[in-house]
Amino acid sequence: MPETESGHPLLSLQNITKIFGDLVANGNVNLDLHAGEIVALLGENGAGKTTLMNILFGHYVADQGRVMVRHASGILVDLEPGAPQAALEAGIGMVHQHFTLAENLTGLENIVLGTESLFARRFSRSKARAKLQELMQSSGLEVDLDLRVSKLAVGERQRVEILKALYRDARILVLDEPTAVLTPQESDSLFKTLKLLAAKGMAIIFISHKMAEVLGASDRVAVLRGGKIVADLPTSQCDRHQLAEVMVGHSVQSAKRKPGYPEDETLVFAGVSAGEGREQIENVNLALRKGEIIGLAGVSGNGQSTLAKVVSGLEEPTAGTVSLHGNPLKPNAAAVIRSGIARIPEDRHHDGIVGAMSVEENLVLEEIRKPAYQRFGLLRFNEIRKRAQEAIKAYDIRCSGPLAVSRLLSGGNIQKIVLARTLDQQPDIVLAAQPSRGLDVGATADVHRRLQEARDRGAGVLLISEDLDELFQLSDRIAVIHRGHICEPMETEKLDKKQVGLMMAGHSAKGEQAA
Amino acid sequence: MEYIDILLSANFWAAAIRIATPLIFGVLGALVCERAGVLNLGIEGIFVVGAMCGWMAVWLGAGLWGGILIAALAGAFFGLLHGILTVPLGLSQHVSGLGITMFATSVSYFTYRTALPKVSSPPRIEAFQPLDIPVLSDLPFIGPALFQQTSMTFLALAMVLLVSYVLYRTPLGLAIRAVGDNPSAVEAQGLSVFALRIGAIMAGSALMALGGAFLTMSAFDAFFFGMINGRGWICIALVVFASWRPGKALLGALLFGAFDAFQIRLQNEVGAVIPSQVFLMIPYLLSIIALVLVARKADYPRALLQPYFRGQR
Ligand SMILES: Nc1ncnc2c1ncn2[C@@H]1O[C@H](COP(=O)(O)OP(=O)(O)O)[C@@H](O)[C@H]1O
Ligand SMILES: [Mg+2]
Repeated sequence: MPETESGHPLLSLQNITKIFGDLVANGNVNLDLHAGEIVALLGENGAGKTTLMNILFGHYVADQGRVMVRHASGILVDLEPGAPQAALEAGIGMVHQHFTLAENLTGLENIVLGTESLFARRFSRSKARAKLQELMQSSGLEVDLDLRVSKLAVGERQRVEILKALYRDARILVLDEPTAVLTPQESDSLFKTLKLLAAKGMAIIFISHKMAEVLGASDRVAVLRGGKIVADLPTSQCDRHQLAEVMVGHSVQSAKRKPGYPEDETLVFAGVSAGEGREQIENVNLALRKGEIIGLAGVSGNGQSTLAKVVSGLEEPTAGTVSLHGNPLKPNAAAVIRSGIARIPEDRHHDGIVGAMSVEENLVLEEIRKPAYQRFGLLRFNEIRKRAQEAIKAYDIRCSGPLAVSRLLSGGNIQKIVLARTLDQQPDIVLAAQPSRGLDVGATADVHRRLQEARDRGAGVLLISEDLDELFQLSDRIAVIHRGHICEPMETEKLDKKQVGLMMAGHSAKGEQAA
Repeated sequence: MEYIDILLSANFWAAAIRIATPLIFGVLGALVCERAGVLNLGIEGIFVVGAMCGWMAVWLGAGLWGGILIAALAGAFFGLLHGILTVPLGLSQHVSGLGITMFATSVSYFTYRTALPKVSSPPRIEAFQPLDIPVLSDLPFIGPALFQQTSMTFLALAMVLLVSYVLYRTPLGLAIRAVGDNPSAVEAQGLSVFALRIGAIMAGSALMALGGAFLTMSAFDAFFFGMINGRGWICIALVVFASWRPGKALLGALLFGAFDAFQIRLQNEVGAVIPSQVFLMIPYLLSIIALVLVARKADYPRALLQPYFRGQR
């Protein structure tokens, strides 16, 4: 790699500090990046990874410190702060955690956007296309450039994002949680591409909190915790447990399965059909008992969300009945909450919280009519504040305080708000839909512990998940959902992961392919 | 049948196009703003400003094309105001737009009254005259129906082509469409969301002002209070009807013009039996029906009405 010879790194972050209110999102962060290397930036939700990369790319301006990039002459020069245009010109390409694509434009249009003078008389698609064709070939990032982005799948959108950077001849590529939205196969092929690009002399930073891919794909690991770099070492010297500990700051105990003591049936589905199309469920029979966790395994898009909607009171079954403690369940969300069903929704950002409201408001959202929080229709702010402070402490919600705007919290902390709000009401039933999706090790362990506590207290838990490890770790019984049909739940002891995996793909319990 | 007679008269078609002209300007202007993600309810007031400024400039001796330029600049100025309030400051686009409408209207009336304190009948100017295009204007039926319009109507049609070309063929149009869909995409590509949006609002407002100017400089030859009479609001509805596409915007404006021209003639035919207000209602009623049918399927700019702040999630 000829570029490393001058000794200087391609990029150097020096003493970066960024403070939001009272929260130190980044504190004195130092990080160097050399040509040809892949650095994994590891850290829990809310550790400050995205903030750091946004400073690097000029979306945020650091309160202190400097971002330096290597100039063509080989020396390091300061990058103009707060200017994405300057970052792009310095050869920095960024794939944001939430994609930055205009969905009404095609992939090609998104890629050439901003690369030509705005006042050019027209843009030349053919030249762009030729260059992109070459790039796609050399990098293996195939995508249909002429489809509108709204028609592209997530994996394809990500490829467009990477092509955006390559098209501008980026020397440094930053990817913020690139695998969060990908299937395992897509992740593998992404890392193959990254290795290829690094071999050509590109410097790559990718953000992740998944240990396996960090160990598998990086040359160096930097760990960010609470806004500070707490480790920066070659991947070859890392070991999984030690890394997890450094990242979380204490040793992580993943929940162990304990036998439950299930009692009478509470939530019972009798011949329930609902929904339409891909998400339809048909003739579902399922009985959840008190004090047990039923894991509902299935690849998402097989009817889980309809089932969840029925339990949440958001959809009415077209046939059959759902009953709770022997009474029919009203298809009405407010009634469902009052009857003691806790709902942990799949899309926590959209359905779990009201993003524009504060943490404390979100925490009491479902109980706002109880006398504890209102008197004569007026809110009791002190009580609400007290409740919020307790919950923030008990659930370790990392935020700047009860008044923090919820939308600004990381996914793990948003999930903790949802958990605190729902589980502290001592529900009889807990509906947990993909509760640990996208969460880091620490937050996942928390979620698992809380669900087990609820069960031990005597609640019935319906755990919808695609993650077999999670299902086997927590469930007393496991049922599989496929194309809207749910099989009879079976004792977890009598199952193995391979068998359940096959059933999720549509094979029957005995192993033969279902029709 | 008298209805068929109406449709067969060249005079009806000429009137439809004449009525549509200010709407074409207005709907294009609103479309450009909304494509960039900003609703501009200042449109009604900006029509008034355009009508007043264009007319007054000519009255003061600026010449017709000079008047048009001045009307456009005045519109762009109010667009800038709306842009500053809604883009960097991120205020409610509804509130700011309605405020601009009231402010622009009052300022225009005030200026008019200050300049002409005593006149009772408004002074007239030498307005645009219908063109006499060789051959085309002389064609039977088609000539008087389509080609005996003033230069401003042809300017409006040219603007449809220009706006389509810019939006769909140039890097600038690409950026405008992108900023109305996802401003982060624009910022991540190193472009300025603020500059693009404010620029689009100013350009759009200039177009709206031309719609107003048409009324005082081509349709009529003087400025009256209350002469805009809701034309701006119609344009806001027409943009939705047009699904934010310039070609369909032209179609929508022409349809409305046709309804209105038809309504006027129908009033003359059967006006004795039915009160005239019923006929006045027809074009609006039909626009509402058209909206209901079309708008549910419209794919509107995703970032419309959403202020963008840098570095905010
Ligand atoms: N624009 C902002 N305003 C206020 N707080 C913010 C903002 N951006 C991030 N934060 C806070 O900074 C912390 C770090 O966030 P982030 O960098 O997104 O973490 P992650 O490591 O998960 O990417 C979080 O606690 C988050 O709530
Ligand atoms: Mg992040």
